[in-house]
Formats: sequence, C-alpha cells, structure tokens
Amino acid sequence: MSRPDAAVAAASEASKDSSQVRQKEMIARHFDRLAKSKETGEKSAYTFVPGNLSELLLSFDVLPVLPEINALQSAMRGRSAEYISVAEKLGHSEDVCTYVKSDIGMLKSGNVGPTGQRLPDPDLLLLSYTGCFTFMKWFELLQQEYSAPVSMLHVPYQADGKITDAMRTYVVDQLKRKVIPTLEQVTGRAYDEDRLKECLALSAKAEDDLVAVLKSARNRPSPIDSYFGAVYYVGPIFSSFRGTQEAVDYYKALREEIDERVAKKQGPVTPEGEMGAERFRIVVEGPPNWTSFRQFWKMFSDEGAVCVASTYAKVGGMYDLGFRHDPSRPLESLAEYCLGCYTNLSLPTRIDLIVKYLQEYEADGFLINSVKSCNSFSAGQLHILREVEARSGRPGGFIESDLVDPRYFSAANIKNRLESYFQMLQQKSPSSVGLAAAR
Amino acid sequence: MSAPGLAELLERAEALYLDYRLGAVKEWKQRTGGLAIGYMPIYAPRELLHAQGVLPVGLMGGRDDLEIIKGDAYYQSYICHIPRSTIELGLNGSLDALDGMLFPAICDVIRNLSGIWQMQFPDKLSHYLDLPQDFDPEMGGKFYRQDLEHLSELLVQRGARPLTAEALAHSIELYNAERREVQALYELRRLQPWKVPTHELYLVLRAALVLPVEESTAMFRQYHEAVAADQARKPVDQARVVLTGSFCEQPPLGLIKTLERAGCSIVDDDFVQVHRFIRSDIPASDDPLGALVNAFLTDGMASPTRYVDRGRKGDELVQRTKACGAEGLLFCAPSFCDPALLDQPMLVRAVEAEGVPWTAFKYSENSGQFQVIREQAGTFADSIKLWSNA
Ligand code: SF4
Ligand code: SF4
Repeated sequence: MSRPDAAVAAASEASKDSSQVRQKEMIARHFDRLAKSKETGEKSAYTFVPGNLSELLLSFDVLPVLPEINALQSAMRGRSAEYISVAEKLGHSEDVCTYVKSDIGMLKSGNVGPTGQRLPDPDLLLLSYTGCFTFMKWFELLQQEYSAPVSMLHVPYQADGKITDAMRTYVVDQLKRKVIPTLEQVTGRAYDEDRLKECLALSAKAEDDLVAVLKSARNRPSPIDSYFGAVYYVGPIFSSFRGTQEAVDYYKALREEIDERVAKKQGPVTPEGEMGAERFRIVVEGPPNWTSFRQFWKMFSDEGAVCVASTYAKVGGMYDLGFRHDPSRPLESLAEYCLGCYTNLSLPTRIDLIVKYLQEYEADGFLINSVKSCNSFSAGQLHILREVEARSGRPGGFIESDLVDPRYFSAANIKNRLESYFQMLQQKSPSSVGLAAAR
Repeated sequence: MSAPGLAELLERAEALYLDYRLGAVKEWKQRTGGLAIGYMPIYAPRELLHAQGVLPVGLMGGRDDLEIIKGDAYYQSYICHIPRSTIELGLNGSLDALDGMLFPAICDVIRNLSGIWQMQFPDKLSHYLDLPQDFDPEMGGKFYRQDLEHLSELLVQRGARPLTAEALAHSIELYNAERREVQALYELRRLQPWKVPTHELYLVLRAALVLPVEESTAMFRQYHEAVAADQARKPVDQARVVLTGSFCEQPPLGLIKTLERAGCSIVDDDFVQVHRFIRSDIPASDDPLGALVNAFLTDGMASPTRYVDRGRKGDELVQRTKACGAEGLLFCAPSFCDPALLDQPMLVRAVEAEGVPWTAFKYSENSGQFQVIREQAGTFADSIKLWSNA
C-alpha cells in the first residue's frame, strides 16, 4: 500500500510545523543519497511499504526505494495521469491498480523521483508480499525491467484473525534462508544481528512516540487529523527511516509538538492553516485519494470534520494495538510485523477494529473511501459498512474514488456525498455534535 | 457397462452444470451421509477431502440466468462478478447442501470473500487455503503441509473420518486416473479438435465438479469413447487458438460457442483448471500427504495466481501454444480480474517474441451479448487463416 512521505509535496505549502520541515529535509537527504548511490557505491532495494524490512535493509546499509511512494508522489505532483496513460498504451489494463501503472509509466519515462533526481536501478528487488496479491504481479513486472536479483518473502494471511506459530516460522525461515543470504550476496557483507537489534530498538522508541501522537486524537478537540494529517506522521516510520536515530528524533519532536497542541486545546493544522471548531469526529476506512489530496481534506475541514482514527494509517503496522519491533526476538519480531499490517487482517478483524476505533475515539460516525484500484482494501467494504453500522449504531458513509488516477476523483460528486453525510450526522445526533462544536 | 449415448451424456452434464442448487450433491449426501465441502477456483487438494470421505464440490460462480438480488449490495461495480454471484448463491440457499467452503489464496477478492463467508455462515466451515508462494519443501512446503493438517482436523471436527495414509494414497490414485482422462481429452482435442468441441468439453469439465471422482472419471472416459467413435464429426477448417485468462470467473457458455462459431478452434485453455492444475500423476509414496504437497510445489501450472520464481514469465504459455500447434492466442479474461489482467502484458510480451498472433477481450460471467467479441474473434480467425494459407 501506500505511504506518504510524499505528502511532503503538499506539506511544504500546507503547514509550518517544525516536524514537517524536519521530515522534508530527511526525505530530501534520502533521495539525494539514492541519486548519488551509483557514485557512492551504496546499494538500493526496491520493496513495498506493508511488511517492509527497513531495519534489516538498514543493517546491511541498503537504501529502500518504495514504488507505492513513487506512485503517490507522482500523483501529488500531478504526473500520475500521464504515467498511467503511458502504461495503458503499453497494454496495461484500465481495470488494474493505478499504483502499478503510475510506477511503470514513471519508469518508462525516465524514473525521475519526487525531488527531480533519477532513481537508481535496483540492486535487489525485495518482494515482501504482505496484504495484497498485486504486489506479486507488480514485482513480476519489475523483474522484466531489471536484472537485479529478486528475493520473495511470502507472508501468509491472518484469515482466522491470529498469527499462528506456523505462520511465524514460515516467515522467519524465509528470512533466514532466502532474504538474508540474498542481502549478503548483494552487499558482500555478513548478516550482523547486533546491528539489526540496535535498529529494532530504535524502531520501538519511535513507535512509542508515534502511538502517543495517534492516541492524542482521543482528546477533544483532537489535536491531529488521523487520516489526512496522519499521512505526514506515519511517513518516516512506514518507510525508509524506521530503525534510525533520525526517526527517533523526529517522533520525539513531533510528540512534543502535539502535546503542546493538546495543552493549548488546539485542533489540527490543515492545508489551509488551523482548523476551526471540531464539529464531527470521524473514523475513516480506506486509503486517501492523492491526486486531489488537499481538496479532499478541505471537504472535511470546511465542515469541521476531524478524522480521529483511520485504518489507512495502519497499513505500515498496527502499532496502536501494541505491536513493537523487539530487539530480543529480531527475526520473529520482523515476521510478526509483516503478518500484522492492516491489509493482512481478515475482514472480521477489520470490522472489529473500526468498531473499536469508533468507541475509543468517541467518533460520531465513519466513512469509507473505496478506491477502485485496490481490491485488497475495497472488496468487502460494503459488508464492512453494514456490519460496523449494525454493531456500533453509528452512521457510515461511502464514497468512491481512486488513489492516483484523477479520472476517478469526481470532486463535485464526492463533495455532495460528504455534505449529505455530515448533514445526516448533524440530524442524527444533534446533541453530541452540538456539544462537540461548543467545545 | 455400456457407455451411454453422447446426447444423453451431454444432457446430463448440462443439467449438472445448470443446477445451481446442487441436486447431485444433495443426493450424494443422502446416499452416503458424508460431508460436502465447496471450493472456489482454481485449485484445491481434493484428494485430501476424498480420503476423509468428504465430497469436494467445485464452485465457479454464476451465469447470466442468475438474478443478483443481494450480491450487488456486497460489491462495488469495479470488482469482478464471481464474488457477488457466489454470495448470492450462498444467501439464496443454493449452497445449503455444503457443509463448508475452501477459499484458495488466489487473489484479494477471494481472500476477502473468505472473511465475509465466515461472518455470513458462521455455522459452516470456512477455510482460507493459504497456498504457499514459496516453493521450497522446507519452507512453503512445511507451511502448506501444516495448513492441510489443520484443514484435515477441521473436517474431523465436523464429522469426517480421520485422514490415513492408506486412504490418501488411494484417493491420489483415483484423482490421478481422473487427471489422465482429462489430459487424454485435451490431447484428443489437440489432435482432432472437431471431435471435441470446447463447448461440450467445457460442460463435462463443469459437471465433474459436483460428482464424486469415481463418477467423474467414468464420465470423462465415456465422453472420450463416444466422441472418438462418432464418425459424423468431420474435420473443419478453423483457426487453432489457445484461450487464456479464464481460470477463475468463467465465461458464459454462449461466449465459448460464439468463439467457435466465429471460426476459432480452441485447442488449449485454462477453464476449470482444478482438473489439470497438477500437471502429472502424483507418485505413490509412503508419505502421500508429502507427495500431495510436493505436487503443488513442483508440478503446478504456471497460473497468474502463482509467483513465477524460475524461468521467464510466459514461458509455459508459449510452450503450450507450440505444443498444441496453435496459430493464435485469445486473451480472454474477466473484467477487473487482477491476476489475469496484470499478467497479460507479460504474457503478450512473451508470445510476441515468438511471433504468435493474439487478440484480447474481456467478459463477465453474466454477459449476454457477444456481438463485438464475435466480430473481433471472426476477424482474428480470418486473418490467421489468411496467413496460414498464404
Ligand atoms: S492493490 Fe491496493 S494494496 Fe495492492 S498495491 Fe495496489 S493500492 Fe497497494
Ligand atoms: S475473477 Fe480474478 S479477481 Fe475475480 S475472484 Fe477470480 S481471480 Fe480474483
């Protein structure tokens, strides 16, 4: 799935928080290293966000490149339509995930990353295959473009809502017998478990602070937007920076910033600046649209709607449910991380989670943004809608869009639907909504 | 026993194919008192179920005669059709004869359907068959074996008999025999396509999904004997094509007939693949479960739902196309089918490198109009014939 350090493109104009400035610098440095990697001899691996093995890559000094991020960054820079069209002209179907097509189109158009620098060809294709079958096809496609070795990590699905010993062992075995030997071969270095443990310890620290930030949305008003805003907050930890001191420092500073907002009873910062009074507290399921990200967010913030929890912010790990990378069990912990990402959870577990969020964050309702691209998220969302409504008693809304294909973001339509939904919330629980507005 | 007449056999096959309410399964259950477990495309270890006295029942969605009343409330318009017809059949009671369902790990739609099923039918067994994408016996093999052992226990909990090595070895032999019959029919069609029109073969393949293996094997054999002996079937000059992409949601029978009428002789396909997913006999072994696992790891078809970790993507399709002397390729996939459609550009690249002509179209299991496809396939067949006669 996606992750948003890309959101930086919008963030640069959107907010002046020092954490965002810091994040922007981190990302710029990362892409700079990637661009110079052929000169410096640094190795890079193309890999995915959910179930990524950042710490392991870091322990081998391998730089990650995340194709989903490339795709969403392309969308935020207004390039994805052109890239998708390149891919479709090459025979890619209009029916399939637009992340894949945007990435392929970008690759065919020179593979220029978000900072305007060319991305290096990979030294390794690390196919960590968590939560979505499209990843597998995506890397089969990339295999045709590059000669780099491929390492495939198959992560079983939590169909019965739990991680079994057999699943954990299967993933650990693959790490030991396939992924690590391939990394050793690509880098010419031996696996260094002590280094990995150090990275995992740093991850856990940063994860603690991220969770504190996400949980701050339990306050009224919520100091953060846990869907749109969370895109920025989860950025470093979902991707290249987990396991680094940089990430620890970033999350410490972010937490301090948010604590301060809580103390001052401030709401979230939006692309338009400080948000007005909090009128609706919403839980969101499904990824955002990236081509009209700011416009989409504004449709919420204009109505005083704050997203207090989202499932999307969990595609790179379920830290808020207690998962932490654990240096005392390095490979087992990596396996559990891969197994535990949101899109690897069964539908009943996803429903339980949304119901839990509605209660825990005292939300007025929930919204599903169903994206055409993504069967992993979308197949079953109408069932989720009905079940969550029935179990929570809170009203659900349903909108349809896409990730990075602007043809499927109908602004007028979505705005209409959102306005009707918020009106309905207002009518359904005027007292609580009024109360929230008064706070 | 004398083989029934061809018309009678096909009539029965068609009736089984058309019977949404699984009358044959109900009869079998009444007769044997056994459990019946449904499975979704494209592969299920039927040998294991059979060895425990369970009837494996292959489900492949609906057709254009199935009115979708509730299923559309489960799926957005941009999701393929088979999950909505499957839910419809579950909710309208058609699948009541089944004691459970297996959902093989082939795509996110089937994966998520397994969760809906768990919730909608909590009293039935619902098992996600997490087929490995790692094909090393010590990793993917070990994991898959544990999953099968778990499934076997779940069946016992529902009243099936425990799995024994002897019973499994016997079931493997029976399915080997069935597979050989199916392969022989495919071979006959390769050699004499006019003897085995695909719209007929398809019906027999579909009918076999709801029959016990002993009966389905006999049906394949009888069909083979009947068509081989039918002197009225004369060679026709049609374009020999391989059809690919239809491994899960199935095209309507009318579409298959349309392709044939448009001048295409289908000489290989990926319909109802469960009968041939494992490519050769599973060898006899002291450890039949190990042999079943190993067959999946090492001898499964290069399906788009399966990671190709060795060799070149599309190699198998090219090799199959050559082996059956096909002159062209039809990419015929369901709309919105991720595995088929994401695979397609890679397959196209492979077949183009070999100079094989191809054309592509999409369908839905409930499509009723084939005019456009008929014209496209007709033009394609004509152009092939033109080239081959040139
Ligand atoms: S299908 Fe969904 S989870 Fe998979 S790559 Fe596309 S957007 Fe990500
Ligand atoms: S038709 Fe394709 S996408 Fe739909 S369930 Fe089958 S394999 Fe999955």
